[in-house]
Amino acid sequence: MRMRVFTTNHRALGILYLLLALAAVIAGTLLSLVMRVHRVWPDLALPFFGTIKPEDYLALVTMHGTLMIFFVLTTAPQIGFANLVLPEQIGARSMAFPRLNAAAFWLTALALLVLLAAFFVPQGAPISGWTSYPPLSAVAAAGPGEGAGMDLWLMSIGIFCLASWLGAVNMLVTILSERRAGMTWSRLPMTVWAWLVTSILTLLVFSELLAAIILLFSDRHFGSSFFVPQGDLVNGHIVGHGDGSPLLWLHLFWFFGHPEVYIAVLPGMGLATSLFANFARRRVPGYRLMAAMLLVIGLLGLVVWGHHMFVSGMNPYAGTAFALTTMAIAIPSTVEVLGWLTILWGGRLRLTTPMLFALGFLSFFIAGGLTGPILAQPVLDAYLHNTFFVVAHFHLVMAMAGVFSVFAGVYYWFPLMTRRMMNETLGKLHFWITLIAAYGTFFPMHFSGLAGEPRHYERLAGPITSFSAIAANERGITFSALLLASAQLIFLWNVFASARRGRVAEANPWEATTLEWAPEMARARVERGPYEYEILANETNFHPQWELASKQE
Amino acid sequence: MPVHVILLDAVRVAQSPTWMASGGALHGPALDHLMRWNLIALCLCFLAAHAWLVAAILRRRKSTQATAPKALPWITLTALCAMYVWMAVIAQRLWAENRFAGPAPEAMQVEVVGEQFQWYFRYPGEDAAFGITRPELVNAAGGNPLGLDARDARGKDDVVSSVLVLPVGREADLRLRSLDVIHGFFIPGMRLKENAVPGLVLHVHFTPSVIGTYPILCSQVCGSGHARMQAMLSVVSPAEFQAWLAARERARIQEGAP
Repeated sequence: MRMRVFTTNHRALGILYLLLALAAVIAGTLLSLVMRVHRVWPDLALPFFGTIKPEDYLALVTMHGTLMIFFVLTTAPQIGFANLVLPEQIGARSMAFPRLNAAAFWLTALALLVLLAAFFVPQGAPISGWTSYPPLSAVAAAGPGEGAGMDLWLMSIGIFCLASWLGAVNMLVTILSERRAGMTWSRLPMTVWAWLVTSILTLLVFSELLAAIILLFSDRHFGSSFFVPQGDLVNGHIVGHGDGSPLLWLHLFWFFGHPEVYIAVLPGMGLATSLFANFARRRVPGYRLMAAMLLVIGLLGLVVWGHHMFVSGMNPYAGTAFALTTMAIAIPSTVEVLGWLTILWGGRLRLTTPMLFALGFLSFFIAGGLTGPILAQPVLDAYLHNTFFVVAHFHLVMAMAGVFSVFAGVYYWFPLMTRRMMNETLGKLHFWITLIAAYGTFFPMHFSGLAGEPRHYERLAGPITSFSAIAANERGITFSALLLASAQLIFLWNVFASARRGRVAEANPWEATTLEWAPEMARARVERGPYEYEILANETNFHPQWELASKQE
Repeated sequence: MPVHVILLDAVRVAQSPTWMASGGALHGPALDHLMRWNLIALCLCFLAAHAWLVAAILRRRKSTQATAPKALPWITLTALCAMYVWMAVIAQRLWAENRFAGPAPEAMQVEVVGEQFQWYFRYPGEDAAFGITRPELVNAAGGNPLGLDARDARGKDDVVSSVLVLPVGREADLRLRSLDVIHGFFIPGMRLKENAVPGLVLHVHFTPSVIGTYPILCSQVCGSGHARMQAMLSVVSPAEFQAWLAARERARIQEGAP
């Protein structure tokens, strides 16, 4: 048992990462359900929670966001899936640094435990949101949870930065130096291109976030003043003795925060490309262009952070500059979407469960992506910033697209993990309920946001506003969210039941071309590109990337 | 349940195309117009992409391998890029109008101060100058919530209010400050949002054009009372405004400087 838990085997680590993300997504989902119920019935006493106080609600928001963004969307699609299949996809025997790999996983697990511990310290979890803007996050007296809870949050994210950094070094070196002879750049599966880009982004921005976290920690405990201005008066006490600026944190945080979104969604884009080619039985038209666009999205992603700061007090001319870079990122994203639609148009589509989830990913990527150009315009964002419109936007384009890509990957690669297939009927049921309930949950949030409803409001009715016009909308969202969460029980059942009793998978069950499906890795020679599918008159045909070397050789 | 709510939403959106709070600012109609056609254009893109997706799924069993004309994706890409450029240009012009130039010299000065969990509004009085404030003098219970320094004569006629009252048709130049943490100053009806950041003084200007009352919200999470941190903007006729301000001034001078 000990040998199996403290493993350095990449595939086992990949499964451990996915299980960690599963634990985090279950916790994060339960927190969001409590939030949704509280927003609609604010005076209801919930089992285990009792009545929710305003600071409890903000703690739930903070922990929900932190769990989902770091421990689910950064972990599962990137390092989780990469450990599962990246070495095989490039024909490597293992990751470049197996022990570093294991250390990165255990640091991630430690970070998760430290984060969850914040619920159990006096005053509970922090309330300043996953963005932790100072001075609220810099001064313990600024609110409940900003003492020990905030310290634990900072430690957790600090450890997570280190773990992601180690994981990214490992991935990057593996891709650069461990490719099998014949695995040229233009033969890389699109997932590998995506992991290449995300590992570069991770190295850059998580290092920078770690620095910012250390500065904030130092402001809290070592008397420095990076983020707290002179004369800052919190709770009756002057806490600002230096000449720091909260805006510095916003710049540092969003320089990390925006590329983070691409770290979450780029692996899904790579996977969707592979799945569309496989289940449409078509080549990827413009393979080089689509790979290049992944790089362009990653690079542009580093220069758009100011669009989170249009109303932060940043110079309005800077707002214009960031608006233009942000609009520019719509172009490579559009190229990707049109590329996918082109693959699908001429294809002989096989609507298996992984394909359905990849199509769902595409649907959410379009739905959430299209509100991007609205939010990229400072003049419109000045109305919509921090309203539910933004919540709708990123839950569609990052959360739902990201999660659907994870589902697609789990259904697709399940035979590699367990040698069994997941149940297709349950998979399709899971897909349709999840698709409809996810739209039902997140699409109506656009309307709440347009009505001016801010995020982080624990109840609709305040001293001045009632927001009664959107009460029905909000109730619908809550019911839909409950349905969305319940539908995931089908998935959990399917995973655990199929792992034990699922149909035994034949070799290469999806008739795929990429190397992770090669029957005998040791004898596989890389002979061609990743997507050699073809549709003949009445037949489809495919040529895997590998040829098995004969025994004599 | 959710499906019928979505349908209901669709009907209400059709009735009032943007669902936005009713507006009362001079720059509001242009912004609302921009928002409306942006939403419509992007909604059409959403529907077109999904129509393409559904059509691709429906024709999947066709035995002929007819692919879309090669030029189609490129034409679509060009059209979409043109749309993005158009959006960016039009939106930037409006942004520049609102934010690049400062307020007119005759604009009315009001200071907005956020603190956990309250908004204060300070009018400079007859001398048109704000008195000095010091954080160490802040004493809300003692009637000096902003820490006005009594030694500064300019502050003797400053009026501090918990309601923002503005005369209709006159440009207002707000000077935003915060005493403690970052707050978000948001008046949905005025299509106006800007953070109040401790350590900075930020200016935003706008002209209320319709008499009425408009909620003011905090849009940046600021602590446990965030959702309660609301105030009221009251846009009144110039005569009514003068009467209100004069009454406050008299009361202020009678009570004596703090």
